[in-house]
Amino acid sequence: MRAGSADGPLERARDGLRAYRMITAMWIRSTLAYRASFAMTALGNLTATALDFVAILLMFSQVDVLGGYRLPEVAFLYGAASSAFGLADLAIGSMDRLGRRVRDGTLDTLLVRPAPVLAQVAADQFALRRLGRVVQGLLILGYACAALDIAWTPLKVLLVPLMLVSGAGIFMAVFVAGAAFQFVAQDASEVQNAFTYGGNTLLQYPPSVFGKDLVRGATFLVPIAFVNWLPGLYVLGRPYPLGLPSWAAFTPPLVAAGCCALAGLAWRAGLRSYRSTGS
Amino acid sequence: MCVRSGRFRLYAAVAAGSFRRFATYRIATMAGVFTNTVFGVILTYTYIALWDEKPGLGGYDQAQALTYVWLGQALLTTVAVMGGGFEDELMRRIRTGDIAIDLYRPADLQTWWLAGDLGRALFQLLARGVAPMLFGAVIFQLALPGDVLTWLATALAVLLGVVVSFALRFLVALSAFWLLDGTGVAQIAWLASTFFSGMLLPLNVFPGALGEVARALPWSALIQVPADVLLGERSGAELAAAYAFQAGWAAVLLAAGRLLQAVATRRVVVQGG
Repeated sequence: MRAGSADGPLERARDGLRAYRMITAMWIRSTLAYRASFAMTALGNLTATALDFVAILLMFSQVDVLGGYRLPEVAFLYGAASSAFGLADLAIGSMDRLGRRVRDGTLDTLLVRPAPVLAQVAADQFALRRLGRVVQGLLILGYACAALDIAWTPLKVLLVPLMLVSGAGIFMAVFVAGAAFQFVAQDASEVQNAFTYGGNTLLQYPPSVFGKDLVRGATFLVPIAFVNWLPGLYVLGRPYPLGLPSWAAFTPPLVAAGCCALAGLAWRAGLRSYRSTGS
Repeated sequence: MCVRSGRFRLYAAVAAGSFRRFATYRIATMAGVFTNTVFGVILTYTYIALWDEKPGLGGYDQAQALTYVWLGQALLTTVAVMGGGFEDELMRRIRTGDIAIDLYRPADLQTWWLAGDLGRALFQLLARGVAPMLFGAVIFQLALPGDVLTWLATALAVLLGVVVSFALRFLVALSAFWLLDGTGVAQIAWLASTFFSGMLLPLNVFPGALGEVARALPWSALIQVPADVLLGERSGAELAAAYAFQAGWAAVLLAAGRLLQAVATRRVVVQGG
C-alpha cells in the first residue's frame, strides 16, 4: 500500500529494523559530536533515576523489612525492573512524542518516507543518555546479587538475563500500545506515563506490599508482573502472589511475545484510523 | 493610586489569561488526573507497608501519612515540583532574543511571569489537585481536617509554596542569559526539588542531619510545609513560624531574582539584541 513497503511480514520486519538502525545510528552520531555534553546528560539521567532508590534506602534507614522483604531483596526486584524498563525506554522511549506529531501534523512527513512508520517513530530523537537508567538498574541488580545469599542453580542463572530481555519486551509493548492510543486521544500522553513509569514504580516493590486487586490487574490485565515479580520471586525463592503455579516464572518470554503481537495490532489499527490535520 | 490599580488589573489579566490557556488542554488534564491517581495508589500501598512496620514514623500516624501522599499528588503540578511551568518558555525567549520584546513592555518582567505562574498554579490545583484527592479520600482512610480554618490555612501555605517555587524557577530560567542552554541547570533544579520538597518521602522521615538540612532548605516550602499545615501539625505560633519560613525564602529568592534580572538586562542592552 505505502511506497517501499515489501509484501511479507518478515520483509516488513527486516525493513523496519534496518530503518530503525539507520535512524538511531544517525542520532547517536549527532549525540557523540558533543561528548562532554553527552557525558553530563547521561550522568544526570543516572542520578535522576537513582532518586527513587535513594527514597527506598531512606525507608530502610527506618525499618528492616518492607512488606516482609529485606533491602537486598527489594534491591533485586528494583534492579530488575529498572534495567528492563531502562532497556525499553532506551530503545523506544520517544514513542510518547507521537501525540504531539498527530496534533501538529508532522506525522505526515513520516508517512511518505519509504520506511515503516513504527520504526521511524520509535527511533526518532533516539536518546543515548537513557543508558543512564540501564546502568543504574544493572548496578543495583549487581549489588543485590552480591548481598543476597541465593542458592544459584543453572536455571536461576539463566532466568536473570531472560527476565531482563522479556521484561524489556513487555515494557516496549506497553510503550507501543500507549502510542497507538495517542492516535485517538492525541494529547493524553500522560496516560501512557501511568503505565510505563507507574508500572516501573510498582515493580520496584514486592507484590506483598500491594492490594490483591492491584496485583491481579498487574498480572492479568497489563501483565507487567511477568517483568520481574514472577521470575524474580523464583530466583529469590519466595512464594508467588495469587497462588500462581511454579512454572509461571518461566513464561515471561511467551507473555512478552504475546504483548508485542497485541501492541502491534493496536498500532496498526491506530495508524489506519489516522486522519491528518491537513495543515 | 490610579497607576497602581491599573498595574494590578494588568497582572490580574495576565494571571487569568494563563489560567484559561492551561484550561484549554482538557484531555491532557484528564490524563494527568489519571496518572496522579495511579501514582497515588502505588505510593499509598508503599506507605501503608512502611507505617505498618513502624507506626508513628516521622510523627505521622498511618492516616496522616496517606493524606500526605494524596496531598503530594494534588500539589505536584501546582507547585511544579518537576518543573513544567513557565521556565521553559522564558528560557526559550532568552535564547531566541524574544526577551527584548518583553523588556519593552510597560510591566515588570518578574511580576509578569509570577502573575502567569499563579494563574497556572490555580488551574492545576483545581483541575489536577481536587479529583485525585477526592479519589484518595473515598478509597483510603485519610486524615482530612473537618474545619474550614485548617483548609484556609493550608491554602495560604500552598500559595506561599507556589511563590517560592516560582522564585526558584525564575532563577533557573535567568541562568539562560549566561549559559544560553539552561537544560543542565533545569535538570539539577528538578532533581533538587523532587528530592528536597518531600515529594519522594516526607522530610520528617529523613534521618538525622540530612533531615534537618532538608527541612531548612527552600524546597520544603513546596510540599512538606503545606502538608504539615493540612495535617494539623502546625497551629498557633508554629503556624506563624511556618508562614514566616515560606515568606522568608520567597522574599530572599525573589530579591535574588530581581538582582539577577537587573544584571542580565544590562547584558542584553550591551549586546544590542
